[in-house]
Amino acid sequence: MMNSDVRSILLAGVGGQGILRASDIMCMALMEAGLDVKKSEVHGMAQRGGCVTSHVRYGEKVYSPLAKLGSIDLLVAFEKMESLRYLNYLTKEATIIVNTEEIYPPAVNSGDVPYPEDSVAFLKSHYKQVKEIDATALAIEAGNIKAANVVLLGAISNLMDIPLNIWQEVIKKAFSDKLVQMNLTAFLKGRAN
Amino acid sequence: MKILMSGNEAIARGLYEAGVRFAAAYPGTPSTEIMEEFSKYEGVYAEWSPNEKVALEVAIGAALAGEKATAIMKHVGVNVAADPLFTVSYTGTNRALVIISADDPSLHSSQNEQDNRNYAKFAKIPMLEPSDPQEAKEFVKLAFEISEKFDTPVFLRTTTRVSHSKAVVSLEDPIPYTDKTGISYNPAKFVMVPINARARRNEVEKRTQDLTAFAESFSENKMEINNPDVGIITAGMPYNYAKDVFPHYSYLKLGMVYPLPKKLIGDFAARVNNIYVIEELDPYLEDQIKAMGIKVIGKEIFPYTNEFDPGIIQNAINRGDRPVNAAVKSIPPRPPNLCPGCPHRGLFYTLNKLKVFVTGDIGCYTLSYMKPLEGLHSCICMGASIGMAHGMSKALKAKGQGKIVGVIGDSTFIHSGITPLLNMAYNKSNAVIIICDNSTTAMTGMQEHPGTGYTILGEEAVKLDLEVLVSALGINNIRIVDPYDLKNTRAVIKEELTKDGPSVVISKRPCVLFKRSKTKPQKALQVDPEKCTGCKVCLGLGCPPISWKKMERKEGSKREGISVIDENLCNGCGLCLQVCKFNAIK
Repeated sequence: MMNSDVRSILLAGVGGQGILRASDIMCMALMEAGLDVKKSEVHGMAQRGGCVTSHVRYGEKVYSPLAKLGSIDLLVAFEKMESLRYLNYLTKEATIIVNTEEIYPPAVNSGDVPYPEDSVAFLKSHYKQVKEIDATALAIEAGNIKAANVVLLGAISNLMDIPLNIWQEVIKKAFSDKLVQMNLTAFLKGRAN
Repeated sequence: MKILMSGNEAIARGLYEAGVRFAAAYPGTPSTEIMEEFSKYEGVYAEWSPNEKVALEVAIGAALAGEKATAIMKHVGVNVAADPLFTVSYTGTNRALVIISADDPSLHSSQNEQDNRNYAKFAKIPMLEPSDPQEAKEFVKLAFEISEKFDTPVFLRTTTRVSHSKAVVSLEDPIPYTDKTGISYNPAKFVMVPINARARRNEVEKRTQDLTAFAESFSENKMEINNPDVGIITAGMPYNYAKDVFPHYSYLKLGMVYPLPKKLIGDFAARVNNIYVIEELDPYLEDQIKAMGIKVIGKEIFPYTNEFDPGIIQNAINRGDRPVNAAVKSIPPRPPNLCPGCPHRGLFYTLNKLKVFVTGDIGCYTLSYMKPLEGLHSCICMGASIGMAHGMSKALKAKGQGKIVGVIGDSTFIHSGITPLLNMAYNKSNAVIIICDNSTTAMTGMQEHPGTGYTILGEEAVKLDLEVLVSALGINNIRIVDPYDLKNTRAVIKEELTKDGPSVVISKRPCVLFKRSKTKPQKALQVDPEKCTGCKVCLGLGCPPISWKKMERKEGSKREGISVIDENLCNGCGLCLQVCKFNAIK
């Protein structure tokens, strides 16, 4: 009954991490690869250090830009703890990519609660495909800490059936001339990791 | 050409393709990007008006002068614009007028969840409702055609998910702009005194009948007959959610939600067995369809509140939640917070310490109601801070002396704060009003307003002088503070609280994200781990870079930990340095 040809990806993290830019690039690559694609996100108050999520759905024909609970095939957490917030959206066979960067929410900053220590171990005990990546370190290697989002796109690209040249073309279009080379490097570092 | 576009970008493109070159708006999530994108097209006139009422009146005037015009706003903005709205329905538009209302089911970034489809019925104005970006673009063009053909304002309603989702959109060439502007006189149609308005009132009913007949064959009221066991009547984004989970049922998708095509709905009902009406928020379609004598299932199984998704619809129709067996590990919440170096932080830290009741308003500063700042105690709507502070102060009399402060941002003050401040002067108020002037409309993403000295088109403009304005309203006590200077900010507010009569304190410091800002980031501060006593006072600022680091207690020491500052986040505003009594921050 369900439109099972549609794949769903969830990007999750914290305002300021470049999640929306990353999902835009991903959607452009999917479109260039000839697929129908829709994405959904919420702007506004979420920008101020709050949670940010982006649903990306693609296939031959996509209706809903939002995935339902229990239907996400790939979760990409741009921040370590945020990998745990949306598990009810995942299928049991979902793949998870986790950036190991930690950004403390207010209740952790104030010392009222600890930052969850063992999130990756928890994920590994429940899901078969869990991949950790230090996207921040790789972005610094590529030349700019802000390119961590593109490093993660590189990591994601290994799990998506889109030719490398399409990714590269889309990245070239997405950034100003002086940032293109650095972002291409960041993408390849994520892809090689 | 096909490109990836958000609903808002697609609406702006639709305006351009429709040959529209005139738009007025006030920013508000989820509508803001429509105007931002429209203003980038060549040859357009675009303006940020001070509020939605003005924006609509500007658009009415432009249409009267022969333009195809639009006024763009979020759902609650239509409340502000409601006064002209209900009467422009009577006058008609001369050329063409489309009002774009972006609703926010789930209150992602709003103070309420009102369903603006009710305005269409209430004001007798036709309403189109697209379900995705492609339709958003096409429906704008249809809205202008309907407006011109029937001499009526037309609503285009989106929701957050239509405005902010992105999808593949096919672009078309724009209709060339045709200049039909000119002055024409028609007092019987545009002077709404009772005798003329009574005549126009009858025209509205006649127009609604014509529009109902039009709706019966309107191309975007679409019937899809598949499996006749189940028929779904829906509109807007919920159509996509339903198609996602029930692609083989039959559908009546309404592109026009007012007025409704009664005959078409009757025909559909006759061709399917069980009918579900799927709509977010109010049973707007459901009530009208039930009134036609058609049996449907609606709000008895679908929620009244919040936006839907495919799973909500699937579970409701299949009668019963299918629990998702997900792994669960509880984690701390991550609410939005004021930015590092935000000028509001110092002000609200001070207000908390002064133990006053703070009537708040709409803007980033509303976030300061949360722990640890807890410096704001009410928020109703744009401008309410000032009227409420006055009302509280009058009601409390002596009990409220020195205890009531209203806080409002610069853009919000210009939107709706001027008349209530005039009222405070006129009716001898005793409250203190603080205008947090960060020189921009920060919450919605740095839009210009009359206080910034620039227009949306990047032209220099007359810059509103807040001090002169406040003085002209009859306020005699006016003070200016820099919220980065905690000691002086506190002293000035304290002093004004003791005065008789109303005071205005302008808390002046540009938003840290503001590009023209003079607040350049300073060197990141550091905590001296030797000097820090672990008193946690700096944590009371709720500043994102400052966190608590637990340590083992040394013998003979009470210290259980220290504060640390993340140098990647800190922009050196210096507030923590001022609150630290042990000179541990440098």
